[in-house]
Amino acid sequence: MSTIEHAGDLPAWAALAVSFFLVIGAGLTLIGTIGFTRLPTFYERIHAPTLGTSWGTGGIVMASMIFFTVLSTRLVVHEILIGIFVTVTTPVTLMLLARAALHRDRAEGNPEVPAEAPVEPAGEAEQPAPAE
Amino acid sequence: MLPYPLLSASLVLMWLALNGFTIGQFILGCIVAVLASWGMASLRPAKPRLNKWYLLPKLVGIVLYDILRSNIAVASILLTGGKRSHKSGFMTVPLDLENPTALAVLAVVVTSTPGTAWLEYNSLNRTVLIHVLDLVDEEEWRVLIKTRYEALLMEIFE
Repeated sequence: MSTIEHAGDLPAWAALAVSFFLVIGAGLTLIGTIGFTRLPTFYERIHAPTLGTSWGTGGIVMASMIFFTVLSTRLVVHEILIGIFVTVTTPVTLMLLARAALHRDRAEGNPEVPAEAPVEPAGEAEQPAPAE
Repeated sequence: MLPYPLLSASLVLMWLALNGFTIGQFILGCIVAVLASWGMASLRPAKPRLNKWYLLPKLVGIVLYDILRSNIAVASILLTGGKRSHKSGFMTVPLDLENPTALAVLAVVVTSTPGTAWLEYNSLNRTVLIHVLDLVDEEEWRVLIKTRYEALLMEIFE
């Protein structure tokens, strides 16, 4: 996109706002990634990248919206779509990974993981099968 | 012709936002939206009913604010120590919500808030297993989820 060549035309207040949100977004994503390598257990590690998928993405999207809205002097908001789709799809992968880990830990009998809740109603599970 | 008018309208809007507001793109977007809503109809998903849709912006506002707050909380946990400066753990939360769409929204809210992850929902006991990074007081989290999000979702969807 050729607008990037006109970045010098950006007024100072907009440049400040854009850099502020860029640094916030990139910083949060970086902290999340550092946490990803430092946290000791799998279940703790799944929390770290959510920094990048929430306000990490949010900050960068915000910076992009301000940058292109000010430069092209019209409202550019379709970046919001990125935010919406990232937010809506993250839980899918997170749940897949976490439940796979839960399943494996339960199969291995890891005592630190809560046991599976009963799948059948408590009353019915204990009833003997009807004689045939 | 249009089984999901809201879906079709948002698809047209999205198409225009991505490709530019011109007559040609509008026509193309309408064709895509109609075809997509037919595809959606053949999947026969449960049609969610929004009773109090005007509460949705309130929910979005609350969630964005909470995500911002927990971003700061989790970032400070990760930066200070990381290893043993916090106590993480599993907890179960009993839920009164039954609407599948509302549960999906709650799952997105809980998961996209850093520090809490929605692991598995048990539809029989109507409980959900959540992993919390900084589990100081279980009851506090339970009250937060039930009063801050679930109550509002119940109003919107049920």
